[in-house]
Amino acid sequence: MTNPARRSFLRGILAVSVWGLLMALPRMAAAAWPAGAFRHKTVPGALKELLGNANLTTAPDEVKLTVTDLAENGAVVPITIESRLANVDSIIIFVDKNPSALVARFNLAPNVRPFIKTNIKMAETSHVIAVAKSGDKLYSTKKKVKVVLNGCGG
Amino acid sequence: MADTIKIRATLEGEITTVKAQIIHVMETGLFKNRTTGELIPAHFIQEVTCAHNGKVLLSAEWGIAVSKNPYIAFSFSGGKKGDAIKLTWLDNQGGTDSIETTIG
Repeated sequence: MTNPARRSFLRGILAVSVWGLLMALPRMAAAAWPAGAFRHKTVPGALKELLGNANLTTAPDEVKLTVTDLAENGAVVPITIESRLANVDSIIIFVDKNPSALVARFNLAPNVRPFIKTNIKMAETSHVIAVAKSGDKLYSTKKKVKVVLNGCGG
Repeated sequence: MADTIKIRATLEGEITTVKAQIIHVMETGLFKNRTTGELIPAHFIQEVTCAHNGKVLLSAEWGIAVSKNPYIAFSFSGGKKGDAIKLTWLDNQGGTDSIETTIG
């Protein structure tokens, strides 16, 4: 049995949601770069914004972070992140006392090895946190780096 | 044009390693101009993409804390000598550049 009032109500909902979807599309396309996550000052805040999940499993054996103990110049701190976990789909780098905690995210295709080497800036002595995401799980390693000359201005 | 990027992709055994350096100021927007005292506007790369024969290998999202003249290295399996590797960057002021090389 069909109730005409219910039909028209359902049609209304459908129209509204199609409209909503169309309105949301250009914004989704423009929002490829996660501006909100890069604004956060804390690692959990940025992770929540980026992935909706900030549950880090500490895994120093599975996520290997190579970075100096003492950085003379915070403007160029070389780091290498390597993991022996399977199916790592992204590697995320944080510096917990930088003006914005999130440094970079690298999204990897399945045939890309969980290995990234790059240079980052550090504002002051703090922790570098490397996160390897495998499916829904986040594995991390952190290391304290002493910074002599700040690399972020101010 | 690809004046801003140096790239090399080398095959060793099964693994291709890609190493790239991009010439870019990576200005944070937090520094002041010493003469005028005014903040230097943020100018930094936000997105980097690297593709192998047209298929995306790596897509990166960067903030202001990637160093000036960014360097990146990564590696992947399934590459063969002569395959195309393309790297593209895009910054927060709409600047962009890309380069193509072959695996050697």
